[in-house]
Amino acid sequence: MSRTDRNVRAPLPRWADVALIPVANVLLALLAAALIVLVIGENPLKAVRIMVAGALGDSQGIGYTLYYATNYIFTGLAVAVAFHAGLFNIGGEGQAYIGGLGVGLALLAFDHVLPLAALIPLAVAAAALFGAAWAFVPAYLQAYRGSHIVITTIMFNFIASALMVYLMVNVLIAPHQMSPESREFLPNAWLPTIGSVLAGLGITVERSPLNLSLVLAALACVGVWIYLWHTPWGYELRTVGQSERAAVYAGVKPRHIILVAMAVSGALAGFVGVNEIMGVQHRLLLNFNLGYGFTGIAVALMGRNHPVGVVLASLLFGILSQGGAELAFEIPAITPEMIIVIQGLIILFSGALANMSRPFFERIFALAARA
Amino acid sequence: MKFLWQIAVLGAAMLAGGMARADEIKPAVVFDLGGKFDKSFNQGVAGGADKFTQETGIKYTDFVATNDTQFEQAHRRFAERGQDPIIGVGFAQADAVGKVAKDFPKTRWTLIDGIANLPNVQSVLFKEQEGSFLVGIAAAMASKTGKVGFVGGMDIPLIRRFQCGYEQGVKWTDPKIEIIPNMTGTTPTAWNDPARAAELAKGQFERGVDVVYAAAGASGLGVYQAAVDNKKLAIGVDSDQNYLHPGTMLTSMVKHVDVAAYNSFMAAKNGTWKGGIAVLGLKEGGVDWAFDQYNEKLITPAMKAKIEQAKADIIAGKITVVDYMANNNCKY
Repeated sequence: MSRTDRNVRAPLPRWADVALIPVANVLLALLAAALIVLVIGENPLKAVRIMVAGALGDSQGIGYTLYYATNYIFTGLAVAVAFHAGLFNIGGEGQAYIGGLGVGLALLAFDHVLPLAALIPLAVAAAALFGAAWAFVPAYLQAYRGSHIVITTIMFNFIASALMVYLMVNVLIAPHQMSPESREFLPNAWLPTIGSVLAGLGITVERSPLNLSLVLAALACVGVWIYLWHTPWGYELRTVGQSERAAVYAGVKPRHIILVAMAVSGALAGFVGVNEIMGVQHRLLLNFNLGYGFTGIAVALMGRNHPVGVVLASLLFGILSQGGAELAFEIPAITPEMIIVIQGLIILFSGALANMSRPFFERIFALAARA
Repeated sequence: MKFLWQIAVLGAAMLAGGMARADEIKPAVVFDLGGKFDKSFNQGVAGGADKFTQETGIKYTDFVATNDTQFEQAHRRFAERGQDPIIGVGFAQADAVGKVAKDFPKTRWTLIDGIANLPNVQSVLFKEQEGSFLVGIAAAMASKTGKVGFVGGMDIPLIRRFQCGYEQGVKWTDPKIEIIPNMTGTTPTAWNDPARAAELAKGQFERGVDVVYAAAGASGLGVYQAAVDNKKLAIGVDSDQNYLHPGTMLTSMVKHVDVAAYNSFMAAKNGTWKGGIAVLGLKEGGVDWAFDQYNEKLITPAMKAKIEQAKADIIAGKITVVDYMANNNCKY
């Protein structure tokens, strides 16, 4: 075989590009994780079994997995929308935090006057508005002052947490309370759990924090898909992301697109607040946003900035979060830090090293085409 | 002969282990976000639980939560598995323990630093302000520059309570001494950010501070190292941290979470466990200042006498230390 023969490659069919390579990357990451589990003296197969059974084995595990996935879908979509406009929104963490603040303030103000049917749209609107407003400031600075959005959104994460600590510790804390938390909302301001909805249909499932925010997440996916690929506004947004100069030539104003894209992105991230504050915690507290904004970047990266990909990647990260917790329960030698290492490996293999396995598959397809 | 003794001890231990099985309990601990090995608050609880395991041979299960939702999940999982008693470490778990304990009235919980008003929950609180008052005296008397520092972890009411007690102790000793306080941050990483805490301490040293009290979980380790590097004095927190850097660790404000954990497990084993709220101050031995072989050279007899006097006065009620969390302010 000559040298050129060995380097023959075929362009990959689309299905291989969108399905085969991501799956192969995840498997490579799991293989690396298995080696680490082996090194600390545990059985990797047992670990995988516990993880999968814990995340998907019963209705409670599935509930937790989907609950985590709901948050990841929101922040993943947020990063994806900004990315299509050529913007890297690292501020999902802060936008989710402030979105939750909006939900909390709305519910604290109106939970004793309005019924649930009115509170749900109110909370959703508050989350979107607060999240969008928090993203709007960095967007404005980027569009009109040229301050780089990566830097400003990171800084806004810190400003968000400082603001929340100030509000929770000094203003919103319930009287005679040890920890910085607001009063609990009245039960009519609790977003119903999927469990209670299913119970109404005669299906009983085990208790989990999964709530109707999942429906909101599904609607958000469809909405983003329609917005980006089936409206003139989405077309303009993607044009700016692909080539700003071409967009200007076509009569699009990139500054407006930056503002709109970041506002939509911030609103999507803000929906984490609906899930956490209205759906699970039922009171305003600190740190409910922990890590979801940053994981959203990995989710969007893995999901190739497409809603379908984001959903699949969110499910994977949901399984990792819930299965990882089960793993820590069952095998004491596996600490939470180990779970973070496994998540990190998956991000590394499907993000930074996404194209590592590509030449291998291109050769395989080339050989298959010749045979 | 020594070998025979070892066998005898081993045999006795096994026998004791076998006997314990009759009334065996299955204890569990849910640790806070800071992690089990923070050399401070969580590790104190782990130390108490480990002591129980060593003495009784009964092992405990544990879980380190990585987000708030996992608190409820962990307590529920442990309760479903029949673990009992279960210790929840940290005020952030109060809500989760309250919810789960309602659903499992036969399982017993011990909640450290938080309150859940249920018959099957033992809420253990500490008067951190009293212990902080005592180390405030030590700081004021050890300071030559007339300036002392405070480095807190995350800016929450609990840490302001440490700060408030410390300030009162300093001012009680010498009203002219200036206190420079800093908080490490506003996110939970503030509990585990030694680099930033060290920078804050160095900043305080540059402004003339020569004694600094850290109430910042694992971040405090950075403060103690900064004190070593700059030849200043530091005060530890929660666990007795004097041993970390003998010579620069002036003392530690000890919060006996280890005793709370140990007592809970032991009482459950002996059938004397009781629910309710316990507030442990100097009087109850819940908090204290640390004096041992590692810091005896730094504590002068005059300091020791003054601190012990104040301790006796607080116990007798002659000195009242204001609690920040009573009114969310530090007026004294």
